[in-house]
Amino acid sequence: MTASPATGLPLSVRQLTKSYGGRLVLQSVTLEIAAGEIFVLMGPSGAGKSVFLRHLIGLEEPDSGEILVAGARVGPEAAETKHRLAMVFQSGGLLNSLNVEENVGLYLSEHRLQPPAEIARIVAEKLSLVRLGPDDARKYPSELSGGMRKRVAIARALVVEPQLILYDEPTSELDPLVSLTIGREIVNLNQRTGATSVVVTHHRDLAFGIADRIAFLADGQILALGTPAEIRASTVPLIQQFLTAEFK
Amino acid sequence: MFRNLGEMILLFLSVVRALPRAWRERRKIGEQLFDIGNASLFMACILSFFIGGVLALQSGPVLVENGIGSALGNLVAIAMCKELAPVMMSILVVGRVGSAMAAELGSMRVYQEIDALRTLSINPVNFLVLPRVAAISVVVPCLVIFANLVGWLGGAVVAAHNDRIAVPWNTFFASIRDGVDTGDVVNGLIKSFVFAVCIGVICCHQGLTTMGGPRGIGRSVTKAVVNSLVLILILDYVLTRLLLPFDNGFSL
Repeated sequence: MTASPATGLPLSVRQLTKSYGGRLVLQSVTLEIAAGEIFVLMGPSGAGKSVFLRHLIGLEEPDSGEILVAGARVGPEAAETKHRLAMVFQSGGLLNSLNVEENVGLYLSEHRLQPPAEIARIVAEKLSLVRLGPDDARKYPSELSGGMRKRVAIARALVVEPQLILYDEPTSELDPLVSLTIGREIVNLNQRTGATSVVVTHHRDLAFGIADRIAFLADGQILALGTPAEIRASTVPLIQQFLTAEFK
Repeated sequence: MFRNLGEMILLFLSVVRALPRAWRERRKIGEQLFDIGNASLFMACILSFFIGGVLALQSGPVLVENGIGSALGNLVAIAMCKELAPVMMSILVVGRVGSAMAAELGSMRVYQEIDALRTLSINPVNFLVLPRVAAISVVVPCLVIFANLVGWLGGAVVAAHNDRIAVPWNTFFASIRDGVDTGDVVNGLIKSFVFAVCIGVICCHQGLTTMGGPRGIGRSVTKAVVNSLVLILILDYVLTRLLLPFDNGFSL
């Protein structure tokens, strides 16, 4: 299963609506994401970006609307569908009771997809892709820096050989150099595996540096959708404010 | 608590459905058995010794005054194995293990570890809940057997060395041998097993449904402990009532 080449999956979101306690977080969000593209969802904090992402992988159920991954509707068991989906969480989502090697190999060991020796080889390979070595493999998440945790989370997602990979704020809490590294990893992985990548971020440089297309989300609504150049040219005041805001 | 009862029953049924995987999860169950036993054994020893001692101290003088001091061992043993050991060990496990369970799972929930498991197609019930519920269900009855023995010993020490009681060791243990049968011990083991399953399910449920960051973890731990204690005491009455008809003919 892990050896098969990944091919990106197209994604279709139709009229997605979600509210919490009477507050609308997503309002009839509709968009299409092409197979193999890097799609960035950006917007201010609290815009509903992470909630949107959680819907894509079935961690949240919409109040109304639907999400289709390669034509198949995403439900609460999305993670167990025939497609290989993976998500890199904002906090990394690493299991603190397991070391790096066990975290990265968890998918293979729990589903008994490979013998232990082969799992160790695959784990080492995936860790080297995100520039982590054998010494790091024996560390526990609490011993890792924020950037290393993110990279381990990416390595763990790669073990699944995902056809759709979701990144939730992959550069939050990271310094600019590590953010750059993570951005490059996302592009490299996309080019190498062909997996569709959906990245949620409010990091402008990252968004414009890696995206094929960008959607700008605010107050649960898509304000603009297009290529980075089209988003830069947007006349929507909030987007202009967001793109030009800086300390004087 | 009752609002969540339906969810807890569903979680319990999920654990039952996952039972065939128990052998596959034996390593995790083993780790939990060690952790729970390690956390509880010393406290169980102290608690049981003094409970047995207090029972003897409270009832011994009265029995001796009425000329039936020789029945003290029987009284302490029956009280320990049918009531005090199952209830007290369960309360101990709630405090030392159940709260930790709720906090650990709550933290995993808040820091997205459980979501991460789901995205890896790993069922959190199989991976997290089954090992904990299975281990606690084995450990609590074992603790009860241990507590019975230590409690009887505590009772015997007090009975022999308190001047107002002065029931010799031989008389105390002969009374236990004559008055306590296997059914009495099994009665307590059945209770403790039911309590253990409830503790495991309630504490795991509270952990898995934690919301709202570190404060939410604190709330979950409190609710897990309070709900477990309330249910233990309610179930204690219900089970005692249900097991009453077997009192005179319940044996292996």
